[in-house]
Amino acid sequence: MLKDVTLGQFFPGQTPIHKLDPRTKLVLVIVYIVALFLAKWFVSYAVIAAFLALVIAMSRIRLKVVLKNLKPLLFIIILTALLNLFYGQGEPIAQFWIFKITRSGIQNAIFMVLRISLLVAGTFMLTYTTSPIALTDGLESLLSPLKKLHAPVHELSMMMSIALRFIPTLIEETDKIMSAQKARGADFESGNLISRAKALVPILVPLFISAFRRADELATAMECRCYHGGEGRTKLSELHYQSRDYLAYLSGAALLAVMIVLRQFGL
Amino acid sequence: MTTAIQVNDLHYTYEGQDGGKTHIVFDGLNLSIEQGSFVAVLGHNGCGKSTLAKHFNAILLPAGGSVTVYGMDTKDEEKLLAIRQHVGMVFQNPDNQIVSNVVEEDVAFAPENLGVASPEIRRRVDDALKAVGMYDYRTYAPQLLSGGQKQRVAIAGVLAMRPQCVVLDEPTAMLDPQGRREVLDTVERLNRETGMTVILITHHMDEAARADRVIAMSEGRIVADGTPQAVFAQEPLLRSVGLDVPQTEQLLLELKRRGVDIPTDALTPEACAQLLRQRIAQS
Amino acid sequence: MTPILEIQKLSHIYSPDTPFEHAALTNVDLTISRGEFVGLIGHTGSGKSTLVQHMNGLLKPTSGRVLFDGRDIWEDPKFTRQIRFRVGLVFQYPEYQLFEETVYADIAFGPKNMGLSKEEIDTRVRRAAGFVGISEAELSKSPFDLSGGQKRRAAIAGVIAMEPDVLILDEPTAGLDPAGRESILKNIRDYQAAQHAAVVMVSHSMEEIASNVDRLIVMEKGTAVMTGAPSEVFSHAAELVSMGLNVPCMTQVLLRLQQLGVNVPAAAYTVEQAADLLEPLLKGGAQTCSRT
Repeated sequence: MLKDVTLGQFFPGQTPIHKLDPRTKLVLVIVYIVALFLAKWFVSYAVIAAFLALVIAMSRIRLKVVLKNLKPLLFIIILTALLNLFYGQGEPIAQFWIFKITRSGIQNAIFMVLRISLLVAGTFMLTYTTSPIALTDGLESLLSPLKKLHAPVHELSMMMSIALRFIPTLIEETDKIMSAQKARGADFESGNLISRAKALVPILVPLFISAFRRADELATAMECRCYHGGEGRTKLSELHYQSRDYLAYLSGAALLAVMIVLRQFGL
Repeated sequence: MTTAIQVNDLHYTYEGQDGGKTHIVFDGLNLSIEQGSFVAVLGHNGCGKSTLAKHFNAILLPAGGSVTVYGMDTKDEEKLLAIRQHVGMVFQNPDNQIVSNVVEEDVAFAPENLGVASPEIRRRVDDALKAVGMYDYRTYAPQLLSGGQKQRVAIAGVLAMRPQCVVLDEPTAMLDPQGRREVLDTVERLNRETGMTVILITHHMDEAARADRVIAMSEGRIVADGTPQAVFAQEPLLRSVGLDVPQTEQLLLELKRRGVDIPTDALTPEACAQLLRQRIAQS
Repeated sequence: MTPILEIQKLSHIYSPDTPFEHAALTNVDLTISRGEFVGLIGHTGSGKSTLVQHMNGLLKPTSGRVLFDGRDIWEDPKFTRQIRFRVGLVFQYPEYQLFEETVYADIAFGPKNMGLSKEEIDTRVRRAAGFVGISEAELSKSPFDLSGGQKRRAAIAGVIAMEPDVLILDEPTAGLDPAGRESILKNIRDYQAAQHAAVVMVSHSMEEIASNVDRLIVMEKGTAVMTGAPSEVFSHAAELVSMGLNVPCMTQVLLRLQQLGVNVPAAAYTVEQAADLLEPLLKGGAQTCSRT
């Protein structure tokens, strides 16, 4: 059932990681990704992994949860690993048919697995510990210098937060419409691709109409509550950096520095 | 008594989708609503009551005549925000008026738009949530709430503007009996305790019976206006415009038809039972 | 009376083996007979919606059985699909499922899925439109150009056109004005009488239930706690109130009169019945007893 899809994987908590300013976390994720792509050899990957392990431990998110969420990516990870495995340069260690496995191929495959897993697990930590609302606020605030260039920063973040708000509503609605059409004998499970696509019309038409109606009503309701764009808007909770945020920035800078040094030494 | 909303000779038409035919909604409507009153507006589907409500806070503007809200003409563009801040509006579907996926963030939406300072927003959000009895749910996601709770959050979202008047457009139409009770009790309390003007649009007769004044509409015209007792006494008129009267009223009217000498102005089961007991004791 | 739907020891658990596991129905036993009008009442979350979705095979029981005409509806996939047509289910706010270009095509959707001939579909669409008062002119309109009440009727016609033996409606009058409510209820009664169909109606309005149904089923916390004629069920007013349900307005008045010491039975739930009970008391010969 569609209802079982979990969205916006946010695990509320009171840990130092949860309490970090969303802007700090967004910047740190970018720093983390850059650092990850600087990694050349096992030592560097070990440093990154240790950094991530520290963050996971501090956030009290269970390792099991992190690993479980990597599962859907298993296929991609294995595929890229295999591709790297067979496309290595140099002397083959083993060979069969058109495939040859080289030492560099094995290395690349391992690094690829590490890189993807660390990348995904690292970015997941952002959504695990930050509410979608805080994330949009953080993004809006980080991008606010672009407002000077007339970029619609406020509008974009408003759209994002409204989308987040209505995803569960629309999923529930889809479920309801599907049941209602099934009750009139609609069949979504049999037939070829074309007849299946056709069978979606009785779901999609009502869903779109309902989404437009909702959008229209929401727009009126927002106007009634004095919405007039981003100009002169204040916030219930304004973002303020705390000392822990400076500490976090410092550790991010340190990570980057270490990675650059390690890269110089080919580690 | 000060006047909250004054409607003078209101004209309004709209172009239909069916070939641009012009539909006349209002053809010279007059109405005055006093500050602090609890007014119920009754009418069948499509009688123009929602269109009227949207004139009260300048979502729609009159094509002719005027609507004056707390002394401000709704056509005055400079007063737009002030008008909307004075007259809050709550709609039928609670899902389509909640903006944020955290209750307190949603309630903060209006004061944020008005540029209220953060500590003051916090105070208003807390006050508004307490006023509707939803303070304990301030960190919830709206989809975890019942219909009645969502509608109370929507009311809090309006209260956070500190309005003088709240207009509710069929706020209970999509709710179960418990949700309806929660919302009506909240609205009634706001009116009685804080003196807020409440305009309740509904087609539930028992809800209208709780107001101080009932206005029945049909085809863009006011067909009855007065105390609930006075309006509901006109059963044939109300029925002719697709409305009804509360069952207690129906009972008393039926008894009267059968030759029982009894007043016909008890609108709640309690009042009706009291009246009947008194009469039974007398006979 | 011949039973048409039998529900035996029906239980349903949502999201089993997850942290969201939740038993919506536990051991429900009930029977719906041919031609009867049954009201289904219960607090939100009492399992009414889950129950009705089992009646036409949209949901599969976690345990227990649903029999149609004595045959388990899950016995054979072909039969399960047939059940969708024999037991018509009208969801809440059914107008939100309209999708075709014309009202005619939308009403024809169900019969078309049944694989009927063109002529038979045409007959059924017109018959269904007749039951709900949709005019010839409206049949060729877009459903989205109809008024709110007419949209609701068109959507109900879409289910009636399958000519089900059991018609289930989840709050068919929600959000309509008094005249609209009464006319939809009349449409349903007309269909029931013409087809000798069983009707199951979910409603929150006790007055509506009281003046339409032959029998009532009360759901609470996933079980059917009471069943019987309205007079029987509404005589348990205190229990209904403790379940968060109301009793009809007239019953409330009579119960309050009893509390006030008037010797009157609370066995009325419509205005007529209450007037019958009260008339003699008011025209003299009243017996007032004092309460201690």
